[in-house]
Amino acid sequence: MTLVKISDDALARAGGADRLAAAFEAKGCEVHRVSSWGMHWLEPLVEIDGQGFGPATLADVEAILAGTSDKAIGTITEHPFIAGQVRYTFARAGKTRPLSMEDYAATGGWAGLTRARQIGSEAIVAEVTASGLRGRGGAGFPTGIKWDTVRKAPGDRKYIVCNADEGDSGTFADRALMEGDPFALIEGMAIAANAVGAQQGYIYLRSEYPDAIRKLNAALDLCADIIAPFKCEVRVGAGAYVCGEETSLLNSLEGKRGEVRAKPPLPALEGFLGSPTVVNNVLSLAAVPHILTEGGSSAYQNIGFGRSRGTMPIQLAGNIRHGGLYEIGFGVTLGQLVNDIGGGTASGRPVKAVQVGGPLGAYLHPDQFDIVFDYETYTAADALIGHGGITVFDDTADMGAMARFAMEFCAAESCGKCTPCRIGAVRGVEIIDRIRAGGRQRDGVEVLPQIHNAPKDAGREAAQEIGLLTDLCETMKFGSLCALGGFTPYPVMSALKNWPEDFTGRSSLPEVTE
Amino acid sequence: MSDKSTRIGEIVALHHHREGPLLPILNDVQAAFGCVDAEAEALIAKGLNLSRADVHGVVSFYHDYKPQADARPVVQVCRAEACKARGVEAIVAAAEAAAGARVKIETVYCLGLCSAGPAARTGDDLHIRLDAQSIAELVENA
Repeated sequence: MTLVKISDDALARAGGADRLAAAFEAKGCEVHRVSSWGMHWLEPLVEIDGQGFGPATLADVEAILAGTSDKAIGTITEHPFIAGQVRYTFARAGKTRPLSMEDYAATGGWAGLTRARQIGSEAIVAEVTASGLRGRGGAGFPTGIKWDTVRKAPGDRKYIVCNADEGDSGTFADRALMEGDPFALIEGMAIAANAVGAQQGYIYLRSEYPDAIRKLNAALDLCADIIAPFKCEVRVGAGAYVCGEETSLLNSLEGKRGEVRAKPPLPALEGFLGSPTVVNNVLSLAAVPHILTEGGSSAYQNIGFGRSRGTMPIQLAGNIRHGGLYEIGFGVTLGQLVNDIGGGTASGRPVKAVQVGGPLGAYLHPDQFDIVFDYETYTAADALIGHGGITVFDDTADMGAMARFAMEFCAAESCGKCTPCRIGAVRGVEIIDRIRAGGRQRDGVEVLPQIHNAPKDAGREAAQEIGLLTDLCETMKFGSLCALGGFTPYPVMSALKNWPEDFTGRSSLPEVTE
Repeated sequence: MSDKSTRIGEIVALHHHREGPLLPILNDVQAAFGCVDAEAEALIAKGLNLSRADVHGVVSFYHDYKPQADARPVVQVCRAEACKARGVEAIVAAAEAAAGARVKIETVYCLGLCSAGPAARTGDDLHIRLDAQSIAELVENA
């Protein structure tokens, strides 16, 4: 009987993978629903004897089985998109059935947890520290140091909280991991629990990911005995972007408004319900089993660039020909990612802008394509890697509108606790609207010339409004409590710097009539 | 006791023992009744020994909780950056025209399908690579 592999990832299912699987079963094939290889432009991707066919539709079923399909892409593992990758976190992508305990154990699953239990908490932390693993959620904080703080913190009850509230547009690596390899995340959490002495874990997951919720709940049921006495459960959020910020997430988990907490105290010392808590991203935790299996100073430490060690699952999104998930060591350039690996824009038009790091990341210009993927390099360029999302825009994009959207998004999602974010974002939208309209017109409302830079009787010109926007962004950047308000200036100011014509060139300055 | 208060009592009892039970309770109430209204807030507050203001503060913070039930089918359209880059704004008008007063079009920021947008969600079904025609069909079939 022919064995057909088709992904059950949410993206493949959205593309019709379920119907396709049923059609192959109706033809007498055995169908395995595996995780996605990450070649999303080819999903639903059908694999038979290592050969790939995609994107497949119901009309292709007969031709695929007959070996005459024009959707053939050759041997999947030799495809340039796959062959060029260095996969640790996504080592099982495309190969295993996500909820098969058999498949997981056969591919090295639970070896990291077994070794962790043998070497004990201090040695686990030492290995994670030696590996150079940094938080994959955005800030890039060294994971080993965080764990050591929790390990040494006094307290009878400690927690492992997985921040799975991935709400950044252009990022989907957490979703892919949770749906494709849920046991790896759970194993990573169990290892963390062993490292710090935690009894209970929570996976805080966004409500926008129904497939991931189902899969993780099913996976936790299946492996409860293996991770015992550690207990873990899924908690579903309620549609608030700011809950991706770790202290907001903890408040939300406690059943409160998801407002940011001031730090200190660090969650490592006073986290969930006031107890010492490890808060790590999905990808950070999922990288741990591999590090424990191989030893922290071996493979992981040897890959990467500068102080950014290991691999980064990069998500190629937006207007890109070969969109999907690409895991590689740090050090690859942005141009390689967009043009060589991503194949340029899907529309075939020139690339205008690339946003790296989600909605709070800077818009980079094609002139900056030689920038190297590395936390420090991006910081130096006034940009951020964030969660490794790369969203490509072609030359039809209106960057003034995107800057406005960044402010609008911040205003809609602000938790409201700090003024620069809550009010600054609203003002930011207004200022951008005025810049795009050619400046503020005299309307009798503006009567504070000594505070603002506006001449009392003449309104403000666009150039003055730009000065005001710059000033506002500085205030938000340095005055906000968390990254939502603090990083919104990145997309706004980078768009203004690189494409000023999209702010001021779209309408002429209106005349001041009197 | 009304059916509603009985059902909410059951939901509160189901989650009462958990650490931080409020969000799981609100999620279940929203799923059962399509909203978390004033009556539900009062019942939950009583069940958890919280003030009504505490519960209302939480309910009003999260986008998923609605103050009133809306019987219309919902189509959630992703209008975040990656879907914008793939032209979602240009096809929203088609969705709205097809929706009329019968279907509710909601904006979501990111369904995690950023490499194959524009994307939308109806119930637990996801849809990718939408264009003006397919999004209109999606709305009509909602």
